[in-house]
Amino acid sequence: MSSKADWPLWEVFVRAKRGVSHVHAGTVHAPDAELALQNARDLFTRRSEGISLWVVKSNDITASDPDDRDALFDPADDKTFRHPTDFELPDEVANM
Amino acid sequence: MAADSDALQARFDRLIDADERIEPRDWMPDEYRKTLVRQIAQHAHSEIIGMQPEGNWLTRAPSLRRKAILTAKVQDEAGHGLYLYGAAETLGTPREELLDRLHTGRQKYSSIFNYPTLTWADVGAIGWLVDGAAIMNQVPLCRCSFGPYARAMIRICKEESFHQRQGFQIMLTLAKGTPEQKTLAQDALDRWWWPSIMMFGPPDAESVHGDQNMRWGIKRFGNDELRQKFIDATVPQADLLGLVIPDPDMYLDEESGHYVHGTIDWDHFWDVVKGDGPCNRERLATRVGAHDDGTWVREAATAYADKQAQRAAEAAA
Amino acid sequence: MPPLLTYTLRQGDRALVLAQRLLETITHAPEIEEDMALSNLALDLIGQARALYTYAGEIDEPFEGPDGTTNHDEDHYAYWREQHEFCNPLLVEQPGEGFAQVIARQFLHDAYALPYWQAMTSSTDTTLAALAAKSVKETAYHLRHGRSWVVRLGDGTSESHDRMQSAVDHLWRFTGELFEHDEVEDQLIVVGIAADPTEIQATWLATVTDTLHEATLALPDDGVMQTGGRSGRHTESFSRLIGELQVLARAHPGASW
Repeated sequence: MSSKADWPLWEVFVRAKRGVSHVHAGTVHAPDAELALQNARDLFTRRSEGISLWVVKSNDITASDPDDRDALFDPADDKTFRHPTDFELPDEVANM
Repeated sequence: MAADSDALQARFDRLIDADERIEPRDWMPDEYRKTLVRQIAQHAHSEIIGMQPEGNWLTRAPSLRRKAILTAKVQDEAGHGLYLYGAAETLGTPREELLDRLHTGRQKYSSIFNYPTLTWADVGAIGWLVDGAAIMNQVPLCRCSFGPYARAMIRICKEESFHQRQGFQIMLTLAKGTPEQKTLAQDALDRWWWPSIMMFGPPDAESVHGDQNMRWGIKRFGNDELRQKFIDATVPQADLLGLVIPDPDMYLDEESGHYVHGTIDWDHFWDVVKGDGPCNRERLATRVGAHDDGTWVREAATAYADKQAQRAAEAAA
Repeated sequence: MPPLLTYTLRQGDRALVLAQRLLETITHAPEIEEDMALSNLALDLIGQARALYTYAGEIDEPFEGPDGTTNHDEDHYAYWREQHEFCNPLLVEQPGEGFAQVIARQFLHDAYALPYWQAMTSSTDTTLAALAAKSVKETAYHLRHGRSWVVRLGDGTSESHDRMQSAVDHLWRFTGELFEHDEVEDQLIVVGIAADPTEIQATWLATVTDTLHEATLALPDDGVMQTGGRSGRHTESFSRLIGELQVLARAHPGASW
């Protein structure tokens, strides 16, 4: 099915404004990085949604396996002491 | 193995029951995946084919302002098609495969785009009626159980809110314009009304996938319910325009507060679905033509990218 | 006609006619992403044309309308002038037969338009200078898009190389006109309103030479250059282009849209 006429897929990340991170917006097809950027610009920033773009080939992304979810993420669940809400302080101590 | 797949199914069901989103790499039933690929792809195809009827008027828009608005709208449709192909691709079917299914007639697009745009008023009617009906269909999809589809729909709905308004504004301008303009507006309503209310699909009693899709959170409301909602919203708008809905049997049922419509010609609907609408052949031929004519361009771009990669590798060596 | 009016209309016509040609290609692009890119170019050009025509209306003689004396609006210039009153360069009205010609036309134009608008940012006419500041940004992107495609197609496959070369060769005879200037323009150059095209030509040629070289394409020889756009003598397909542009508006004189 795949031929020379099919362009690879790129993941697009957009920084909406200064002070915030790039956030995943979606994908474009493009033969190379330059056109991937241009296509991402035309697709994801038509309404002034961004001031900076990243594109990366989808194939170059390494994702965690959903089957590993329990092993990767569950161990964090019982360490509630990492969260400030785990520590009850007297009301007199404001804003700590 | 069986126990494993039971556990996966149970987990999937739990997520669906809790109204959580399913994400691309999650396990999902094959039928769920297949249904979504088909539905999202058909939705994407509809956006892309849907560029044509309005694109037909880009070069003839009657003012520069209208020309700019229509260009932006047709461009949005291309963008929405791309968002949707992107969502479908997360399920593992590449866009070129989906386009191939469209080009070979194995996948459909919304039949509404198989009607011709004969006058400028059709551009208004498409915005007002077709986009209006599409929005009714699409808003519930923002809560679709499949994450990428829901996210694409949120973006699309946000961007489309101007589409219906610009269409209604065109109709309003025509309806309040010269007698000739008002005639154009009424003629467009006459031709687009019935196809628009058919956009919600056949009555629920005859709908094949309805129940399963409801359970999976792919569909949230029945066809008849959405159709009714659309009609109830649209009839007063037609009154405001001073235009007449071309359904002599329609009446307001005082008790329920709903407009009751006349008989819908479902035989005609199925004719169009099966390929015998006024423009099915032309729409597909234009799309296939663009794709085929573009083959040498896409190949050249790939060849150039390969050369560049090779040059970079040689320079690094 | 005051020289500034003629000059402003020339620029507006250049933008509008090129946009009109681009719009003909929408839904026919080689990839959907490219439909979006070409729409963006068209939208920017329509915007430039509207601003220029609106300014033309302020310079032009007001007319007695139903609501008293008013300036002509942007649509007057787009829809109610005859084809010989349009004074765009011939390059932008050439039909784009296939993607290579669409790209060649756009690139040869944008390689001119970018230095043109850059020069116009220091125009002594503040309206044109402000418009130039906006157009520079838009055109810089257009040139980047066109340039990257010229290189990609020129240095792509042998088929794309040949198509791109023949598209550049085909349109080359319309490029000389971009740098012509007549007495209308000379009067404005002297007072710092208009940019001097001879200075722009050097930048244009450098961009084109550099790009074609990278694209492994040959720079065509300067043969006989076609001219006539600015005096209203167009090429054969122009009447159809204008006819299509105006057909609906002219069928309903006095109507609002």
